[in-house]
This record gives sequence, C-alpha cells and structure tokens, in this order.
Amino acid sequence: MDGSRDLTATDGPAPRRLNLDWLGAVPFIGFSALFLIVPVFYLVAGAFTGPEGGFTLDNMIGLTSPEIASSFWLSIRLSLASALIGTLAGLLLAHAIVLGGMPGWIRRSVTTFSGVASNFAGVPLAFAFIATLGRLGLVTVLFRQVFGFDIYSTGFSLFSFWGLVITYLYFQMPLMLLVITPALEGLKPEWREAAESLGASGPQYWTMVGAPVLAPSVMGCFLLLFANAFGTLATIIALTGSNFSVVPILLFQQIRGNVLYNPNLGYALALGMILIMVASNLLYIALRARAERWQK
Amino acid sequence: MKRRVSVGSVLIVVAAALYFLVPLYAAFQFSLQMKRGELSLAAYRALFDSDVFLNALTFSLIASAAAIVVGAILVVPTIYWVRLRLPRLRPVIEFISLLPLIIPSVVLVFGQIRMFGSSSILPLTTSDLGTNFLLVAGYVVLSMPYMFRAVDNGLAAIDIATLTEAGESLGASRLRIVGTIIFPNIRGAIISGAFLTLSICLGEFAIASLLNRQAFGPYMVQLGQDRAYEPAALAIMSFALTWVLMALMQAFGTMKPGQRLLPRFRSARNNGEKA
Repeated sequence: MDGSRDLTATDGPAPRRLNLDWLGAVPFIGFSALFLIVPVFYLVAGAFTGPEGGFTLDNMIGLTSPEIASSFWLSIRLSLASALIGTLAGLLLAHAIVLGGMPGWIRRSVTTFSGVASNFAGVPLAFAFIATLGRLGLVTVLFRQVFGFDIYSTGFSLFSFWGLVITYLYFQMPLMLLVITPALEGLKPEWREAAESLGASGPQYWTMVGAPVLAPSVMGCFLLLFANAFGTLATIIALTGSNFSVVPILLFQQIRGNVLYNPNLGYALALGMILIMVASNLLYIALRARAERWQK
Repeated sequence: MKRRVSVGSVLIVVAAALYFLVPLYAAFQFSLQMKRGELSLAAYRALFDSDVFLNALTFSLIASAAAIVVGAILVVPTIYWVRLRLPRLRPVIEFISLLPLIIPSVVLVFGQIRMFGSSSILPLTTSDLGTNFLLVAGYVVLSMPYMFRAVDNGLAAIDIATLTEAGESLGASRLRIVGTIIFPNIRGAIISGAFLTLSICLGEFAIASLLNRQAFGPYMVQLGQDRAYEPAALAIMSFALTWVLMALMQAFGTMKPGQRLLPRFRSARNNGEKA
C-alpha cells in the first residue's frame, strides 16, 4: 500500500503518512465542532451583535439592567451559600470518616452513598425534599404535631432561598466528600508525628501544617461546588416552577418565549453564564494543580 | 498507632446520616399513602398503569441507548487512534471532551436550537426525526466527559501499541483491530461509561424540554405539578435506579482488561475445554 504511493509521491512517504493520521481525529472533532463548539460560538457571536447585525456592546451592557443583574446576583448568592456550606459540611464529614477512627464499614458506606447521592440530582431529588420539608412534608408535620411549631411560620419555605440551599446540599456535600478525601488521605501521618514530637498541640498542627497543605484543595473544591450549583436547573424548576429567577431559569424562559424581548440579550445571558463557569473551573484547575504538589 | 474514635466524628456521621436518610424515608413513607388510611403501593401502580409514564420512560431509554452507542463509536476509535498515532493531539481531544462540564446544558441546547433552527442551513428542529437526532447529539455531548475518562482509563490499562502490531502482523485491518481487539479489551470501561451516561440522560430536563420532546425529565416535572403521591414514588424508584447504575458502573469500571462480562461463563467454558 505504501509502496504504490511511493511511486507517485516525490517527497517521500513521511508527510503523506502524517496527513492520513490526522484523518482519524476528524469524526470526533467534526462532531464536537458541529454540536458543541460552533453552537457555543454562535451564542458568543450573537452576544456582540445588534438587532440589525453589526458589532455592538449593547447586549453586554444590557446584562446590567436591574432584572438581569438581580438574577445573576441571586444565582451567585445561591451558589456561594450552597458551595460554602457544602464545602464545610463535606470537609467535616470527610475528616470524620478518614481521620476520626471510624470502622471501615462506615467509611465504605459513606463513600458509596456519596457516589450515589452526588448523582442523585434533578427532579427526583426535589420530590424527595417536598416529601420532607414541603408544607405536608414529614419533618414539617412532625415539628407541628410533636413540638407545636410550624417551621413555615418563621418565614422558611422549601421553595425559597434557604430551602434550595438545603436541597442542593444533598448533592454538594457528597461531591465535596468524594473530591476532598484523596487530599485528606494525602496528609502524611509523619507530619503529624513530627509536629507532635516537636511539642505542637492538635490545633497548632492544624493551623500550621494541615490547613496550609489542604487550603488549595479546599478552595478548589469550593469552586467546583460553586460551578456545580450555578448550572443547576432541573432541581429548581421542579421545586419552584419557574418563579425563582436564577440565571439558568431566566435563560430557560428566554429560550421558551423571549421574555427579555430581545433575542440578542439572551445570547449575552448565555455568555455571562459561560464566563462564570469558565472562571470558576479555571481557578479550580489551577488550585488543583497546586494542591497536587503535596500528593506525591 | 490507631486513633480512638472521637465523639465529634460520631456526632458528625450521625447528623449526616440523618440528613441523607430522612428525605429518602419521607419520600418512601409519603409514596405509600395514596390510599387514605392504609399503606399501599397504589402510587407505584398508578405510575406503571400510566401510558404517559411508560412512553416517556421508553423514549428516554431509547434516546440514552442511542447516545451511548454513538458516543462509544465516536470516542473509542478516536482515543485509540490519538494514543497510538497522534499523542500531540491528546490535550486538544481531552479539552474538547471536558468542555461539556463547563458549558451548562441549557446554554448548549440554546446554541443548538439557534444553529439548527428553522431558518438555518441545516434545519434539524423542523422535523421530528431531526429534533430527535439533535436530542441524541446533545446527550452524546453531555456524556463525553464521562465516556472520555472511562475509555481513556481503559486504554491506559492495555498495551495498545503491541496489540495493534500483533494484529497488523497477522494481517488485520484497522477496523478489525479496533472492532475485535481494542473494543473487547476495554469492554468493562465502555460499559462503565455507558451506565453513567444512562444515569445522566434518563432524567435530563433542559435539553429534552427545550426541544419539546416527550422525554422522562419533562414528564417528571409535569408530574410534580399535577400529582402528590406519584412524585414521591418516582423519587424512590429513581434513587434505587441511580444506586443500581452506580454499582454497575463501579463493577464494570474495575474489570480487568479483556475480562468477560460474566465471570462464570468463562470458568464454565475453561472447564469444558479441559474436559
């Protein structure tokens, strides 16, 4: 096969071979270009295009209009709250099962359960919480009957900010546990022994050795959780209908029925979402690379 | 030196267990109360008696299966080829595969709708078949990060260069090498990725809803608005299914290269050969 080509190819088989090799990646790159990359670029281009065509920054400036800005602010607060609590709770739980001297079966059960729970998001998760903390939910009714206390009288609602945060923790905390466990396991016992033999107390070990080593991992995981919450759509829709206007919901409604009355503003909204996701993921990758220095 | 079990750790694990188990128990208990005054499986029965439920589930199963097949056919030969011949292209392929983790699915489908909308060069959304195709394509994109990781790990565990040379020296074509040597050797990895894909696509909401498909995700949202007890039953079944899929993913993901899907068949056959 190569021999017959050599007769026609004057510059030898090497460059020709290279060209043929590249063909192998064409189906994958072609598919990704058609269904992932070009559609996204289409939106990015649209974000900088005016209603009559031509370059404009009006759409990006439009993101600062009160409705859209408050939507971004709500999304950011919700993601921050659920990521912050998820990070702390997940870290505590991971610490308890990795370093708390728990029997092996507890550790294995918690890890296995976390693998399932971190994938149990979306609509069914919302249903489970409606049965728990909804107006007729088990916990709500229990509080009313046993303690005579209506948790909804405090202004709490499963279908509002803190209700969503509590629901999000069901997939945020397990995700944190799964990604931080390797870092906790990477804390070498020798470090602790060295610190103790130098007379360090437990808190001293944690503030001067443990925390600085773990900090990049923890911050990285926090950003991962932030991005995870920021893109969540199905759980909120199942809980609140579409009354809770976080950015994904606003975009969803915009695609459905142009609620912003300007298609190009929708592109800008999508671009804003992409930018936040890109920023948090890039920081996550950078921090993870930094954290891995200790895990060798 | 073994550490003592600390009280704090026990309290944390108990609190976490309560947080995670109470919603499951609540959903389970709620799902049994459809008939007033007695515990029954009526809510589950109502679901399975409903044609809408079965149709939506079937539709999503078929779409997910199609996405798994297309995804595997796309990803396996590509990663094989890149590892074998185009190592310099690897970071590019990896980057593209991980992009869907950064692009929210609602953004992805927005771009696809605009690009393949009625006034575009390739108006896929104007026909049912085209829209279904777009849905499957969207699912393939969603599953790419997981398929990539599973298949890449699978290929890392076998010596593809030697296997390929062996195949070539016996006169096998490229297609034959991928089909009869590489695929069977990373069967476990592919199936492991397939279960994760299934778990993601079955309940997917944004893409299916915006493409107006009668899939399982939009069906569940509608059910939540119309009914009280069936959603709780669905939550329980969905959690059980997620558990099964994750267990299968784990089991197949840790399979050795070339290991048969059902170990018993192998030993029976080996015994047969000996006898």
